[in-house]
Amino acid sequence: MDDPGHRHHDLGGRPAGRCERDEHEYEAWEKRVDALVVLLAYRCDSLTVDELRRYIEELGPNAYDGLGYYERWMHAATQALLQRGLISVDDLAARMAESEAREHG
Amino acid sequence: MVEAAAVEHRFRPGDRVRVRRAYPPGHCRTPWYCRGHVGVIERYCGGFANPEELAYNRPGLPPVPLYRVRFRSTDLWPDYAEKPQDVVEIEIYEHWLEQA
Repeated sequence: MDDPGHRHHDLGGRPAGRCERDEHEYEAWEKRVDALVVLLAYRCDSLTVDELRRYIEELGPNAYDGLGYYERWMHAATQALLQRGLISVDDLAARMAESEAREHG
Repeated sequence: MVEAAAVEHRFRPGDRVRVRRAYPPGHCRTPWYCRGHVGVIERYCGGFANPEELAYNRPGLPPVPLYRVRFRSTDLWPDYAEKPQDVVEIEIYEHWLEQA
């Protein structure tokens, strides 16, 4: 990209291939992330799509491209919860370790 | 659904405007590909909290005027190969626009 002001997420108007228009099934966890984010926005009235987008747009190019749509949403929701002090980094690490143990234990 | 507020606004339908060539950090809703280009005000949409402030969990008030701006596709993409009369309409906040 020639223009340093042209940020990675800003894909509009760039040359691109064909657009995939097929619908696909969503995994249960993707539906849960959707529900969680909608509920969060409803419960914390200061949470807007603009804040969620900022967290997603601040991902590095590799993470932005490598993560799926709902993985990016999950990242944004996590950032919003951390920013507000509703969860701590330690809480998050402990719950991630728990769920990993459940998965592989 | 976010309600529009009535706010003082600078431009009227038909006015020619140029989109500022700005590169703010954080989040904004002005696509890169229209920055620096000239379009025409198609309508005034009302006032809304500034999304660039909302992105930092601030109120973004007072509301800022939002417009729908019409661009010729061939102005945005000189090698645009579809119908030459095609236009693109983009909703842009007033602080991104200057008189052209």
